[in-house]
Amino acid sequence: MHFIPARRRILKAALLPSAASVVPLRFVRDAAAEPVSAPGQFAYFTPVEFNWVDAAVARLIPNDDLGPGAREAGVATFIDRQLSGPYGRAETWYMQGPWKEGTKEQGYQLKMTPAQLYRTAIADVDAWCSSNGKRPFAEQDAASQDTLLHGLEKGDIKLARAPAKDFFQMLLQNTVEGFLADPMYGGNRDFAGWKLIGFPGPRYNYVAEIDQYGKRYAMPTVGLLGRDGTRVKES
Amino acid sequence: MATKLPAVDVVLVGFGWTAGILGQELSDAGLQVVALERGAFRDTVPDFATTQIQDELRYAVRNELFEEPERETLTFRNSMDQTALPMRHLGSFKPAAGAGGAGVHWNGQNWRFLPTDFLQRTHIEQRYGKGFIPADMTIQDWGVTYDDLEPFYDRFEYLCGISGQAGNINGRIHDGGNPFEGARKRGFPLPPLKRSYGTVLFDKAAKEAGYKPFPCPAANTSQAYKNIYGVQMGECTYCGYCEWFGCGNYSKSSPQTTIFPVLLGKDNFKLRTHASVTKVLLDSTGKRATGVVYVDLQGREYEQPADLVILTAFAQHNVHLLLLSGIGKPYDPRSGNGVVGRNYAYQITSSVDVFVNDIVNPFMGAGALGQAIDEFNGDNFDHGPQKFIGGGYIALWTTGGRPILQHHLPKDAPKWGSGWKKAMADNYLRTVSIATHGSVMSYRDAYLDLDPTYRDVYGNPLLRLTFDFHDNEHRMSKFLTDKAAGIAKAMKPRAMHVKQRDGHYTIVPYQTTHNTGGAIMGTDPRTSVVNRYLQSWDVPNLFVVGSCAFPQNAGYNPTGTVGALAYWAANAIRTQYLKKPGALVSA
Repeated sequence: MHFIPARRRILKAALLPSAASVVPLRFVRDAAAEPVSAPGQFAYFTPVEFNWVDAAVARLIPNDDLGPGAREAGVATFIDRQLSGPYGRAETWYMQGPWKEGTKEQGYQLKMTPAQLYRTAIADVDAWCSSNGKRPFAEQDAASQDTLLHGLEKGDIKLARAPAKDFFQMLLQNTVEGFLADPMYGGNRDFAGWKLIGFPGPRYNYVAEIDQYGKRYAMPTVGLLGRDGTRVKES
Repeated sequence: MATKLPAVDVVLVGFGWTAGILGQELSDAGLQVVALERGAFRDTVPDFATTQIQDELRYAVRNELFEEPERETLTFRNSMDQTALPMRHLGSFKPAAGAGGAGVHWNGQNWRFLPTDFLQRTHIEQRYGKGFIPADMTIQDWGVTYDDLEPFYDRFEYLCGISGQAGNINGRIHDGGNPFEGARKRGFPLPPLKRSYGTVLFDKAAKEAGYKPFPCPAANTSQAYKNIYGVQMGECTYCGYCEWFGCGNYSKSSPQTTIFPVLLGKDNFKLRTHASVTKVLLDSTGKRATGVVYVDLQGREYEQPADLVILTAFAQHNVHLLLLSGIGKPYDPRSGNGVVGRNYAYQITSSVDVFVNDIVNPFMGAGALGQAIDEFNGDNFDHGPQKFIGGGYIALWTTGGRPILQHHLPKDAPKWGSGWKKAMADNYLRTVSIATHGSVMSYRDAYLDLDPTYRDVYGNPLLRLTFDFHDNEHRMSKFLTDKAAGIAKAMKPRAMHVKQRDGHYTIVPYQTTHNTGGAIMGTDPRTSVVNRYLQSWDVPNLFVVGSCAFPQNAGYNPTGTVGALAYWAANAIRTQYLKKPGALVSA
């Protein structure tokens, strides 16, 4: 994002004295509302949360005879990194109250940021499993996981705090993003998503090929960071 | 306390297409011009370099080049009996923030409106009778005609280096162009782009169905081009990253690739970025603007005095500033009185996804690489039997095949699981999509005003949008969608998915950034905010430029008309206003 966080804070602080009478306290975000990074290997998730998401994305885009799925493509890592950054914090979103439930035409009206929605919903789902005599989601077999995911998708499962349908839609959207975004973000590992569909990556110049109608494009897949897609080659 | 800066001749609010044009034209006339832009400076190098710009997640999904709702958004409701709620993240439309404005991230689909579009009310009344117009439809004539604007359309096209095939030069119809377009004095500066396979399939099917398809006019350069200001552009490479991205190849017309290299080098032009204008200042008479107030990134306030204030921000931001500044009478939908915020309009779109047998390589494309038919736009057909007003073009665009947002799946494809994977593998390379791009008329209950509850980052009330699609637009869009499906069928596809636009307007899925109205132009100060030269009726040293001037929306992308209006207003200022400052039209 083009406003770096430090600058953002300066603006917020600077605006407070002169505009305090008219500006509600939206400039000072509740500290508890900020995502807290977990210690260890993940940017945002706890190990339990990471395993939960890894299990879910493996059902949303499974490993099958067509090739690797979202788990093999690193989509949980992608989502973890996204939630630790500006997207997870809803940094560019308008997150000032009053908060009301709107019509569906009025769009997202949850007070939760994406990072908060994941944390809340994951805990809610496992609590729902527990109170319905089931094992935690990540430990269930594939068929049970699919049933549960369908329940969230349709809103048949009512969670304690998080709206199930909204969470499912966000999870599915982020999973597709992670499977099909440039691999430098942690997903689409080894171009799993792009190779599945036949997208060659940002090749830049098709002047010679665009009018070769019906012919499959032959050049190898690339990412913005090159042929292996994930990092600059070390010498 | 605002710091008062030295006065200038002209202050421009916003720095996109319209500001670039007015800045260039008025500084050429010798005036001292300052432009205030709320966002950052951005240029081809380094911001749009091809080593980074082709990043769908960063730009198209996470919206890096656009306005941030955290700082500025609007509230929305479908009808006056609802409570408007904030648009918390971008959805239905994506205005820009930063130098170049939406001119950076557009596709480059550059059209002229039809001659009859500018005479919307009188033409419909003459052809179909007064009773043909619904009572709540508040359409009106523009106060300018196509013939007035033709030289300025031409100038914008030669600024941009539009690639296309003329259909009507001085009244003579040319094969292969759009036979319905208004007469142009000369052809396009560049020949059409190369054809993608999808556009060839559409062309064939449309001809078989009896239509006259033509290549869409494109602000993507089919060849190297040196424009009217001597700025050089390069040949488009069909990389497929136009809309939502800046062009790294100097091939998509934008203020950066056509005006800035000349304008930013002038001694009598200054750009200030991260300068958010919050108010236009008036003198004690309320009839003269004395300058504007803006806030910088540190929250410091400045007053920039100027003899001439020109609002050149995105459509609804111009309207917002008028309302915040108390200029012009706010529109009251109950009485129908007042003008500021009146006649907000939009466009209604639909599509037909066509699943074909051959590989079409959707990732090879350009933002305005398309083939269209115009038989059902404007009043190009008899509306009598249809009993609706308006129309639109039907086009097959091949703008790119970015995998996250530009994949199409058959209607019955699963949303996830192995079935989704298979559908993706089977269809990504073998799908094209036909779009309909329909007009939206203006209505008594579609308007902009200030929200009573929600405030922006500066503590000012957010703009409130009250808007829904009306029956006229739904029926028109269904008519267009049926015609599009007919062409799709003629392509003999494996399958097709007709995506009709039904139900209420929603702020959520992206539709189009063709928001119009709210500060409309006209001939009567009781029903318009600005006169035919885009000059405020109330404050003659204030001009308001942009699609906010459209009295209703036509069935074409608006940028060509916005560019023409900017040149038209600049010409009026240079040739009339500067000689005799004051109202150019007596009220």
